[in-house]
Amino acid sequence: MRLEAIANPSAVRRLGLPALALVLTMGVAMALALVAGANPLAVLGQIATGALGSKLAILETLNRATPLIFTGLAVAVAFRAKLWNIGAEAQLYAGAIVAVVLGTGALGSPLVLPVSAAVAMLAGALLLLGPVLLKTRLGVDEVVTTLLLNFIMLLFVSYLLEGPMKDPGGMGWPKSTPLIPEARLPRIVEGLRLHWGFALAILAAVVVWVIQTRTTLGFEIRAVGQNPEAARFAGMPVNAVLVKTALLSGGLAALAGWSEVAGLKGHLSSDLSPGFGYTGIIVAMLALLHPLGVILTAIFVAGIFVGSDAMSRAAGVPTYIADMLMATALLFMVLAILLTRVRVVRG
Amino acid sequence: MSEGKGAEVVLRLDRITKRFGALTANDAVSLTLRRGEVVALLGENGAGKTTLMNILFGHYVADEGSVEAFGQPLPPGNPRAALQAGVGMVHQHFTLAGNLTVLENIRLGTEGLWSRGHGGARAKVERLSRDFGLAVHPDAKVGRLSVGERQRVEILKALYRDARILILDEPTAVLTPQESEALFATLRKATALGLSVIFISHKLHEVMAIADRCVVLRHGRVVGEVDTHATDKGALAALMVGGELSLPRAEARAPGAVLMKLDSVSTPDRGAAPGLKKVTLDLRAGQITGLAGVSGNGQAALAEIIGGLALPAEGTILLKNAPVTGWSPGEALARGVARIPEDRHHQGSIADFDLTENAVLEAYRSRFSRRGWMNWRAAREFAETIIAGYDVRCPGPETRIRLLSGGNMQKLILGRAMAGGPETGGPEIILANQPVRGLDVGAIAYVQSQLIAARDRGSSVLLISEDLDEIMGLSDVIHVMSQGRLSPGFARGTMTAAELGLWMAGQKFGDRDAA
Repeated sequence: MRLEAIANPSAVRRLGLPALALVLTMGVAMALALVAGANPLAVLGQIATGALGSKLAILETLNRATPLIFTGLAVAVAFRAKLWNIGAEAQLYAGAIVAVVLGTGALGSPLVLPVSAAVAMLAGALLLLGPVLLKTRLGVDEVVTTLLLNFIMLLFVSYLLEGPMKDPGGMGWPKSTPLIPEARLPRIVEGLRLHWGFALAILAAVVVWVIQTRTTLGFEIRAVGQNPEAARFAGMPVNAVLVKTALLSGGLAALAGWSEVAGLKGHLSSDLSPGFGYTGIIVAMLALLHPLGVILTAIFVAGIFVGSDAMSRAAGVPTYIADMLMATALLFMVLAILLTRVRVVRG
Repeated sequence: MSEGKGAEVVLRLDRITKRFGALTANDAVSLTLRRGEVVALLGENGAGKTTLMNILFGHYVADEGSVEAFGQPLPPGNPRAALQAGVGMVHQHFTLAGNLTVLENIRLGTEGLWSRGHGGARAKVERLSRDFGLAVHPDAKVGRLSVGERQRVEILKALYRDARILILDEPTAVLTPQESEALFATLRKATALGLSVIFISHKLHEVMAIADRCVVLRHGRVVGEVDTHATDKGALAALMVGGELSLPRAEARAPGAVLMKLDSVSTPDRGAAPGLKKVTLDLRAGQITGLAGVSGNGQAALAEIIGGLALPAEGTILLKNAPVTGWSPGEALARGVARIPEDRHHQGSIADFDLTENAVLEAYRSRFSRRGWMNWRAAREFAETIIAGYDVRCPGPETRIRLLSGGNMQKLILGRAMAGGPETGGPEIILANQPVRGLDVGAIAYVQSQLIAARDRGSSVLLISEDLDEIMGLSDVIHVMSQGRLSPGFARGTMTAAELGLWMAGQKFGDRDAA
């Protein structure tokens, strides 16, 4: 069996195959539900209503999507340049730490929100600067360095929460001092849980999209990602482009942590992120690295997690089903995308 | 050398058809090969020659048609069966292990390397190399051999496996003229001993020199089958391209001032590829400087220096008598050095970018953006200008460049290069590295005439090519590279191909090195 490139894939192929991937994912979901001893159709229905069935559910899904949009954008930007940033999780915590450091009284209104957001982005950017310089100067594989930084960062956060940042009024729980009210992101509509971080995430996606399509930097990022040799031959500063990409990517990932602390939690704890940095990779891949697509896939992924939580409570099926669904959705989607561009032939 | 038309048919390809998606690479191609005969398979790049041979050898399975060797049908998709039937193939790119000896390479894959008893094998190899005039020492490490010698090892390998049919895929592409002659002598001996040869080429004079019969492929179809005794180069070329052939030839011109000078430039060797050895080269206005040589003799290093991709380890680059500073691809472009890269797919273009994006790849900062914002409207107009001005056949500027043929891709790169230069008055120096390799004859003539036109406008053109005909037809001055050394410049018409061949083989450099 061999793969043969398709020059101009038809619309049926380009739209039908991803749709088929979605259907197959649902099939797997139903099979898993059956294995868990529940009614497959009911499980699917409960996931759907749990994610989108009420105003409360929808808002919860959008809340959950907010950090995923940021980390998804961070990954999408970096992967577009073939810079394999697996460290969005670490950069997220860097942003979260800054939110606490500047948000617990160091700065007051009205400076605290814009300044801490900017400093958070800077912190995330600097965290990725090391790996990218090691890559451009010494050829060190950034997959390894960024991945390992995640663990270092998580341990550093644990240290902070047990030591310097520990909330004296936290009854011994490893969590930080809460943010002052001025450092909290307000809600978009009073009384509803959705905070302005979501709007900021949408804005970030639009900004990234504009950068990618309208600016010289975006042109350079795409060129370096597609063919660094040709980019260098054409006179592009390939290493400088990679550094700029890393700063942008790290900054976006940091906003995820910053908005979770400032918008949702109000304090930092070591379970702030249930792997938003890693899930961001799935979000970005499902969106084919398109910044506006990231908004949709982040909401889709968030919906599956939120819906699975609700379904789990109702049907007694473990929430692990959400992780398995993510994995199958990603595998089927990657396969579907591959098959829009090539066909399998025998011989 | 031919045993004539009555001899036994050893190989028969019958109505072979092979499709890749919408492309029909072979369309009902039939071919017969008789004992003791050399049949040339002639056609341009992309005509379907290699596909046909890959089907014969079992690498591909044909959609229709059959292959028969010595009267027995060959099972499709089985290279081992082809080998056992006595079909031997010498690929364009050798498949030898450099750290093993000649003898070990020849035995590799046929018998266990650990079974010592080299005696019988050695005797057989020595007998074969004597009978066929394939002089090569059985105990030499292949990594130390020249390209010509490696090719002999490949042929010996096929003969050792008792091949009765030899397929040679573009065997002369990597050889000097003298080495090609030696290869032809070997092939004559082989056919005299009853072997049959399929000789794949797109070089007409070689086909005329060695083949008895010639099958011409165009766009996957057999468009002609002629006895070489009953035809001439012009007729073959016409068959090959489907029209009368007229390649441009540049007329001599008086040279202008030196625009760029390399002064005693050296670069380090990179693995097997030699670096430059104290190369001094003047590029003059209004002149085409031809750089001949077998590939892999330092041409790539020279192209990198001139194109801004590398800095000399020793020596100086001078532009208009001033040493350059901060030499880089961007600086080279800004100083009016246009580059047509050797590898248009990987270096010259970005496959999934559209024509507009590829057109502005070099000048997006200086001419198609303001304060970091791209001006896509201007970029698109620029691409449309190139498409119209350089006859790029495409659906439009939003077409991805990977969908274009090599010729049209090269025309876009050419147009991009010609539009560069200070204040867009056109480039002063044009580095054209293998500018027509792999193009069809129409595109070749077009690209070459554009290089001549640029010269006539006063540009200095450096033409790097492995094709001596091209070098001799276009160049005002010819240099030869061998092992990183540069020969003196020879004015147009003062050297024959054979003399240049001696320089290419490195035999003429000795006295200069001593000096």
